[in-house]
Amino acid sequence: MQFGIMSVSDITRDPVSGYTPSEAERIDAIVKIAVHAEEVGLDVFAVGEHHNPPFFSSSPTTLLSHIGALTERLVLTTSTTLITTNDPVRLAEEYAMLQHLTKGRMDLMLGRGNTAPVYPWFGQDIRQGLPLALENYNLLHRLWREDVVDFEGQFRTALQGFTSTPRPLDDVPPFVWHGSIRTPEIAEQAAFYGNGYFANNIFWPKEHYKRLIRFYRQRFEHYGHGTQKQAVVGLGGQAFIAKNSQDAHDQFRPYFNEAPVYGHGPTMEDFEEMTPLSVGSPQEVIDKTLTFREAFGDYQRQLFLIDHAGLPLKMVLEQLDLLGEHVVPVLREELDKVRDPEAPSNPPSHADLVQAKYGDAEPRQPRPNANRGDNVTGGSPYQDSESTVGSYPTL
Amino acid sequence: MTDFRLVVVSAGVSDPSSTRLLADRATQRVTALARERGHAVTVTTIDLRELLQELPAALSSQLLGPRFTRAVDALVAADAVVAAAPVYKAGASGLFTSFFQVLDNDLLIGKPVILAATAGTARHALVVDEEMRALFAYLRALPVPTSLFASTEDWTDTALGTRVDRAARELVLLMESGFARAVRDDAWGAYQHTYGSGGGTELDIDLSSDMMRLATGGSLRDPDDDPFDPRRAS
Repeated sequence: MQFGIMSVSDITRDPVSGYTPSEAERIDAIVKIAVHAEEVGLDVFAVGEHHNPPFFSSSPTTLLSHIGALTERLVLTTSTTLITTNDPVRLAEEYAMLQHLTKGRMDLMLGRGNTAPVYPWFGQDIRQGLPLALENYNLLHRLWREDVVDFEGQFRTALQGFTSTPRPLDDVPPFVWHGSIRTPEIAEQAAFYGNGYFANNIFWPKEHYKRLIRFYRQRFEHYGHGTQKQAVVGLGGQAFIAKNSQDAHDQFRPYFNEAPVYGHGPTMEDFEEMTPLSVGSPQEVIDKTLTFREAFGDYQRQLFLIDHAGLPLKMVLEQLDLLGEHVVPVLREELDKVRDPEAPSNPPSHADLVQAKYGDAEPRQPRPNANRGDNVTGGSPYQDSESTVGSYPTL
Repeated sequence: MTDFRLVVVSAGVSDPSSTRLLADRATQRVTALARERGHAVTVTTIDLRELLQELPAALSSQLLGPRFTRAVDALVAADAVVAAAPVYKAGASGLFTSFFQVLDNDLLIGKPVILAATAGTARHALVVDEEMRALFAYLRALPVPTSLFASTEDWTDTALGTRVDRAARELVLLMESGFARAVRDDAWGAYQHTYGSGGGTELDIDLSSDMMRLATGGSLRDPDDDPFDPRRAS
């Protein structure tokens, strides 16, 4: 089972000190947070993608490759990568590059983005958000699996003989998660391709995505990727931990009350009762997190949101200490104990995917032919692939 | 004989409240008329005042607390609704409007509704027809032709009783017609739904839709537009 943190990348005024970090400070802080996540024994760091203030994470692959260089084990991922406003061609290129630089220590999660004004900034229209997401992923999927792609869709210019470079590491595409809590089509797409499915798990009542996760599992099996229990599920969640419950409530309350997402609305106590938020002692956070498995079945990745709402760096690092020392080891042990033997304990790593594709054989290492100016006239631009290009007569 | 489920939604905030009183008078008439015609009526009353504490979360985060959830469940099962609001500052109260704004768009489709309002002055009389009726039109509910409005002077006027009686009769006839159920059975798919809407009842997933075809690697393009598309009709 993987445990990690996910950042929304908000730059929010600290309501206790009144201090608003600069973009530079917050970007430095997120790197420290990610590095510390590895130091305390967490497995995953995820960052969101936004293109408007007060968020800083417009360019997740740049950030993640830097963190990749500073860490050794941490799996780097997104929460989420916008599959709507990004050109799937650029996504294929950027994330393949990240995959090479991190030696496969990455995956990515796709989401649609729900801020209408962002779409036209990238030449898109939120009213087409769903078909855009579905079509873009269909293309991204092919770009990582076919050396040369011809494509014609509704939303971007057609491709003729396009090769996305670099080819994925070991010619094995990164693992992909599809994030959604209310859209059956996204669950269906995840199941169709045998990809992972992630529910952000921020708001309950949870019945909607409980049903969607069940639907995803059924469809995953339907498409022959494995049994329902073998489907790959990830969940979000939020926690604030202190040695005892009262301290946790006292410390977190001012941040909760002004949090951009739910501040000035429900009381923290109501929110704790009605949603996955846990505020309390390590044991309370453990108990609440264990209920997720009861609701959604055995799952493979748990990400906590802990660096939002203006919490200062020092507090976030302390949260990581508590998470790493007192919460995650217990959760690992408890969840491993009750896990169905059929259910995988982790999402597939790069090594797993290489093994699945090649067995004990050597992975393919694509080596390009000399530049011939285009890919249209031939089969593969790579040396190891059969080329259908005719030989040109020499003078 | 049918057993009808009537849900009363009252946004009165005092106790006793004249809004609740008006709603109760309509409810009593509906129950009595239905009984005369051989039906039983089960009445569930939702006093919106009791949902006030859950309203901020519902409005800001679409997070429905236990009372809201019970109210939604009652409305899902309702055959008809009595909806009553006090008028403040020339409009139905914020509590009343907020409650219906939080609900799913398809929760009340085709359901007959008696609209009722109370006010301190007769100058608010058109709020029921000009504002509340529009809200229920958006929800595609079926308000009865007779609206109920009671300002201070109406409480001593027998004409109010006549209108209550007329509205109640209209509601009973619409319930009897089975219109809402017929819409649900025969025409439900013609209305827009989202997954989990209808108060959590809208759970059918159409695997043969265009979007599902796209989700599974297909294309939105019409093959006939492309002379080289293998799917093109010859």
